[in-house]
Amino acid sequence: MLCGGTGCVSNKCLEVQQATEAELAKHDLQDEVSVVVTGCNGFCANGPVMVVQPDGIFYQKLTPEDVPELVSEHFLKGRPVTKLMYTPPEGDAPIPKLSEIGFFEKQRLIALSNRGLIDPEQIDAYIGRGGYDALSKVLTAMTPQQVIDEVKAAGLRGRGGAGFPTGLKWQFCRESMHTPKYVICNADEGDPGAFMDRSIIESDPHAVLEGMLIGARAVGASHGFIYVRDEYPLALKRIHLAIEQARDYGLLGEGILGSDFSFDVSVNRGAGAFVCGEETSLINSLEGTMPEPRIRPPFPAQSGYKGCPTNINNVETWANVPRIIARGSEWFSSIGTATSKGTKVFSIVGKLKNTGLVEVPMGITLREIVFDIGGGILDDKGFKAVQTGGPSGGCLPDSLLDTPIDYETLQAAGAIMGSGGLIVMDEETCMVEVARFFVAFTQDESCGKCPPCREGTKHMLDILTGISEGRGQEGDIELLEDMGRMIKDTAICGLGNTAPNPVLTTIRYFRHEYEAHIRDKKCPAKVCKALLKYSILPEPCIGCHACAKNCPVDAIIGEVKKPHEIIHDKCVKCGMCYEVCKFNAVERD
Amino acid sequence: MTTLTIDDREISVPAGSTLLQAAQELGIDIPTLCFSRHLKPYGGCRVCLVEASNARAPGKSRLVPACAYPVEEGLVVRTTSERVQKCRKFVIELLLQGSRESEELNAIARKCGVSTDEPPADNIAHYLAERAPKSGQTKCIKCGLCVRVCSEYIGMSATCFSGRGSGRTVKTPFDQVSPTCIGCGACAYLCPTKAIRIEAASE
Repeated sequence: MLCGGTGCVSNKCLEVQQATEAELAKHDLQDEVSVVVTGCNGFCANGPVMVVQPDGIFYQKLTPEDVPELVSEHFLKGRPVTKLMYTPPEGDAPIPKLSEIGFFEKQRLIALSNRGLIDPEQIDAYIGRGGYDALSKVLTAMTPQQVIDEVKAAGLRGRGGAGFPTGLKWQFCRESMHTPKYVICNADEGDPGAFMDRSIIESDPHAVLEGMLIGARAVGASHGFIYVRDEYPLALKRIHLAIEQARDYGLLGEGILGSDFSFDVSVNRGAGAFVCGEETSLINSLEGTMPEPRIRPPFPAQSGYKGCPTNINNVETWANVPRIIARGSEWFSSIGTATSKGTKVFSIVGKLKNTGLVEVPMGITLREIVFDIGGGILDDKGFKAVQTGGPSGGCLPDSLLDTPIDYETLQAAGAIMGSGGLIVMDEETCMVEVARFFVAFTQDESCGKCPPCREGTKHMLDILTGISEGRGQEGDIELLEDMGRMIKDTAICGLGNTAPNPVLTTIRYFRHEYEAHIRDKKCPAKVCKALLKYSILPEPCIGCHACAKNCPVDAIIGEVKKPHEIIHDKCVKCGMCYEVCKFNAVERD
Repeated sequence: MTTLTIDDREISVPAGSTLLQAAQELGIDIPTLCFSRHLKPYGGCRVCLVEASNARAPGKSRLVPACAYPVEEGLVVRTTSERVQKCRKFVIELLLQGSRESEELNAIARKCGVSTDEPPADNIAHYLAERAPKSGQTKCIKCGLCVRVCSEYIGMSATCFSGRGSGRTVKTPFDQVSPTCIGCGACAYLCPTKAIRIEAASE
């Protein structure tokens, strides 16, 4: 089982595949051992990764050069190759089995239950793992209302961000009398650092299709759209392939599985506007008009695509549906917290030892995700904050690491669940700069329909830029808080309503950093360039001249073997001298 | 008919009416900017935001655009609450910041209770008036009336929005004289800040 997700493909897993197949043929093993290219395994930082079944031995960071030894030792002689296994940062012995690696141990797979186990380009592989059983159950043994009741009882909530109860959404759409009706799969994943939806489509496209089929049956829809951003070529290829195969098997089209239910799907490519993640903007985009939010009511369930009742859910939500129908609402609702059931897929990125894609039960703590699964902070630096929910979310400090994660706790902390991007920051991260980065993103991605989001975020960005460049004034923190609250209250859609969150949470939890920037004109994390000053300490400087040689603007003077000096008017604060000095003589303050 | 309460006065209006229409029935004036009775409600400018709470959760209120929000049975609406006034003022100040010189916009602002003659009352107003960068001043406040009247009413789409976020502008296709413009002047007529001028073409 060789991972063929986007991360591993960029790490040249396809060359590893070729090498393995060639090597197997050389030993005449091609009929004994088959190489299956699967969807994303999740442990992206250590790719290309391979799992050898049936033992579940996990190999990582493979190159074509590793293959001959792997084949002759493991496949021929039955001796797993220790040096290609994963060794945890704190441990000394490699861990042979995938199931025993910390990154995987605490995960619970529902939406990703097929990941790494099937070839996503083969419908038979999906069916072999029980795929489309839920659809046949829905078509033969359940009424549409029973399907909705089951999803309601399961307590499934929208995985795209806001967490609206999925069953209730379906109910509204079912009760709309107008026909035709539509279902939409929102795969316009736009958060920086998030790749949950992409990976689900890449590793298990049929689960998304089956979820949509079940949802369409429940609400009474005859056509579906999958809105995928064009930056996801592999996801696009696999979903197209899955649709073709499903049509061939009579799982899409007229009279599905011999029933009276007809449904087909088309794929639309998004041009990469963040606002299209907002459902009414996405519908506008599907219709070919400017992507900007519509005023609700009417909600899409009453009047969506071309004025018809439309039910729109996110990729992960759809992928949960077949599993709920197959295993029952009681099983699903036994996982999670009182208000948030099931699991959540997170892409964990940033300053972590193990980055990648994980699916964890609701109610897990941030500490478990960051330290048990993520393996702790890169280079053993200190933890500072974790951003949940991408640019619409909030930065949470270490005091909240033990909070069980669900929709409500995150909201109470000033963040949101969002679609599942989790960005971990270490002690060298400047929180003012983090807030500035996210507001710059939302300002750039604002559609511009309403003044609070269009103009308000621009002013917030100006104020934040001023603070990070040493032009902050007393009262700016309060100004940002007031403006943030007003924007949240007055903007039309989720983009504007949440855009101030990164600013408000960084102020709430890291106010002292803002104060240091404004009052002392210092950046405690030493990130904001304008507030840094480089100088050479005469004591440790031996006059090696390395700094002067590397200075791009000739701002360092001094004779060889005598202490050097920086001309501050010329210095562009690039930090080159700081990097090259072997004697710790350059001070950054 | 749907019965609701606006500023402590009860009224029954046909189902499907908007809050703005119901308020007008009562003679209550809600300021609007991007609204025109000839066009579909857009709800973009946020000037007509009012506070609404429904009978099921009387303690919970939200801000909704009066021009687009349909009446609901038992809805309680406040058009001049502190929250409404604060938000209206905020939106007007944001718009004024980008079009200080526009007499028309200043007049609209005065109508909404925002005066540019008095010193700014709070820190947001102070920032927008004194510190915010003054570059990029334009008469256009991006309310979209011109774009919408041309596509919805005239059926020509001679102008459109271009760009997004603070870079949003109203343009003709490819910045050229629009080939579909029939020179009807509807856009200039509806423009609340007189940012569109009609000139006689010299043949």
